[in-house]
Amino acid sequence: MVAPAFEYAAAGSYDEAVRLLAENGEEAKILAGGQSLMPMLNLRLAHPGLLIDINPADQRGPSVTDSLLRLPALTRHRVVLEHDLIRQHCPLLADAIRYVGNVRVRNRGTIAGSLAHADPTSEIGCCALATGARVVALGPAGERTVPASDLFAGYWSTTLDPEEIITDVLIPAARPRQGWSFQEMVRRTSDFAIVAVAVIVNLAERSGDPASATVALAGVADRVVLADPELLTGDPDESAARIADTLHPADDVHASGAYRRRLARVLVSRALREAAARAAL
Amino acid sequence: MNRRPMNKQQITLSVNGRDHELWIAPSDTLLDVLHDELGMADVRYGCGEGVCGTCTVLLDGDPVNGCLTLAVQAAGHQVTTLRGLMGPGEAMHPLQECFLRRGASQCGFCTPGMILTALDLVRRTGRPTRDQIRYALVGNLCRCTGYTKILDAIEEYADQ
Repeated sequence: MVAPAFEYAAAGSYDEAVRLLAENGEEAKILAGGQSLMPMLNLRLAHPGLLIDINPADQRGPSVTDSLLRLPALTRHRVVLEHDLIRQHCPLLADAIRYVGNVRVRNRGTIAGSLAHADPTSEIGCCALATGARVVALGPAGERTVPASDLFAGYWSTTLDPEEIITDVLIPAARPRQGWSFQEMVRRTSDFAIVAVAVIVNLAERSGDPASATVALAGVADRVVLADPELLTGDPDESAARIADTLHPADDVHASGAYRRRLARVLVSRALREAAARAAL
Repeated sequence: MNRRPMNKQQITLSVNGRDHELWIAPSDTLLDVLHDELGMADVRYGCGEGVCGTCTVLLDGDPVNGCLTLAVQAAGHQVTTLRGLMGPGEAMHPLQECFLRRGASQCGFCTPGMILTALDLVRRTGRPTRDQIRYALVGNLCRCTGYTKILDAIEEYADQ
């Protein structure tokens, strides 16, 4: 198939992109890496009148200040995979990104584009929840910061205003005595996740026991979700069973809801164990 | 406002070291222009979703999906197709010779994308492991039977 005709504008800055969004209303879409939007156009699942290309808007690379990893919106998946700063300060994301797309998708796809696309099976969204990431959203009224836990609104939709764009993703840097794990089940490498799980475990200073954990899941609801911390008991199997019991994934062509719930239980248990083991290293 | 009209605009597209002056629509993909306008049979429409790899081209040396990149986005960048790897008189690239010698191509539809993706891998890693080759080529679908022979051909090239 061939994409429906649309107009194109290159935005030289994020401010210009926001202005173009405000002027063109709902018919305008932001084009970042294009690895989700362009397939939707080619399959005629979307019919925007105008694409606003933000690729010329930003040349920044990843940076770290005050234990905060800052990933500019246009950070490509390949950079996430290969950049030393990300491997050092967010090893969870550096590991999870291996599951995203293929070489060509990772060369173009961007971190903020993926978050704004809000796929419910997104590895990146799952990691954003687990790490307590925030996004910087720029709109006509200026900037605001949105926690990842408030960003996802349902299937492929976010809580961002139509005139807002993500300019940065802020991730708290990994700390000592912290461990991580990413677990995913797919039928074929590079497919969308059936279920994916991202876990961060923090050990207590004195005892070395797991003091807190964050569990995020993809592929189990209409968006990526955080598990209620109250469900964690300290025992990986028991915690995983309690979390799985709260999930009601839908049946679809890839897997039944019951299978997804079972996968969630198995993968959360594995992830809690692996993250705790890594934290103790 | 710098919104452009939906009628065609002129761009300069640099493909395989040669500049082309082209009139394109803003919604034309790089694949559309290379295949339909410039008649390049080595860049192919497969899935239109970035999954199959038959439209692979190098953009400033990096493999990208021609079907998911707009032609207007490629203006000002260097585009390389399989043919751009060949020497004077259409002399084959050493990796093409390895594919031929190993019987790594059957119908050939996937071959340009396989070779461009593999070449990028070898340039970056030197001597990739068999697992690294499999991982890099996961987005290049072959429906004949080439799988093992493709891996053999890439290993032979990397060993040279």
